[in-house]
Amino acid sequence: MRVQVRYFASLREALGPMETVEVPAGSTLAALRDSLLARGGEHARCLARGRAVRCALDQVMANESAALHEGAEVAFFPPVTGG
Amino acid sequence: MSHRAVTIQTSDFDLAAEVAALRAADREVGAVASFVGTVRDRNDGARVSALELEHYPGMTEQAIEAMIGEARRRFDVRGVRVIHRVGALQPGDQIVLVAVTSAHRHDAFQACEFLMDFLKTQAPFWKKETTPDGARWVDARQADDAALARWGLTMDNAR
Repeated sequence: MRVQVRYFASLREALGPMETVEVPAGSTLAALRDSLLARGGEHARCLARGRAVRCALDQVMANESAALHEGAEVAFFPPVTGG
Repeated sequence: MSHRAVTIQTSDFDLAAEVAALRAADREVGAVASFVGTVRDRNDGARVSALELEHYPGMTEQAIEAMIGEARRRFDVRGVRVIHRVGALQPGDQIVLVAVTSAHRHDAFQACEFLMDFLKTQAPFWKKETTPDGARWVDARQADDAALARWGLTMDNAR
């Protein structure tokens, strides 16, 4: 299935604002992050485990255990700093 | 309330006008608490000459609306107004407004602080500041996570 992946702030600067990614049906957010990490390069650097990266699924803060669906909107970004 | 509770905008805002709109036609209001956040000219030991604020359109509004819903469940709140600016800002500029009306001061104070603590760690905004050494993304603070935890909510941001 296909999901939209969006990046913000420092991740957007390194990876671009958006990409469409194909993942196996039933994938979780963690599995998507693993597949992006496996590309190496900037993706591996920016999304490395141990780095403070937050994620959202369909515009709501999510844990990596969240299950994806066809057409899901996923976002990865650094800790937020508004206010 | 007929007007929108949450606005994300590049332009400045007028605290007095927003509070007046919140109080208009509601004679049960006995307390107004407001918070305005502004751009400091110094952060983490460096001079800041400019600030750029990025956000996640759509999610931002939704996240703040959800926070307001939570504030309404916890406190006796009559009206809420949240404005957050994005784009290019200068030291001294206003960034964020949270205003709450209630029958009594306690709920107004508490709801206002609760909303700011929630917004700091759960609303998708990111600040990039310009310093003499160049531009840098602002780091999240663990103290802000601790502030939210005081309300019984553990939703870490800075980690």
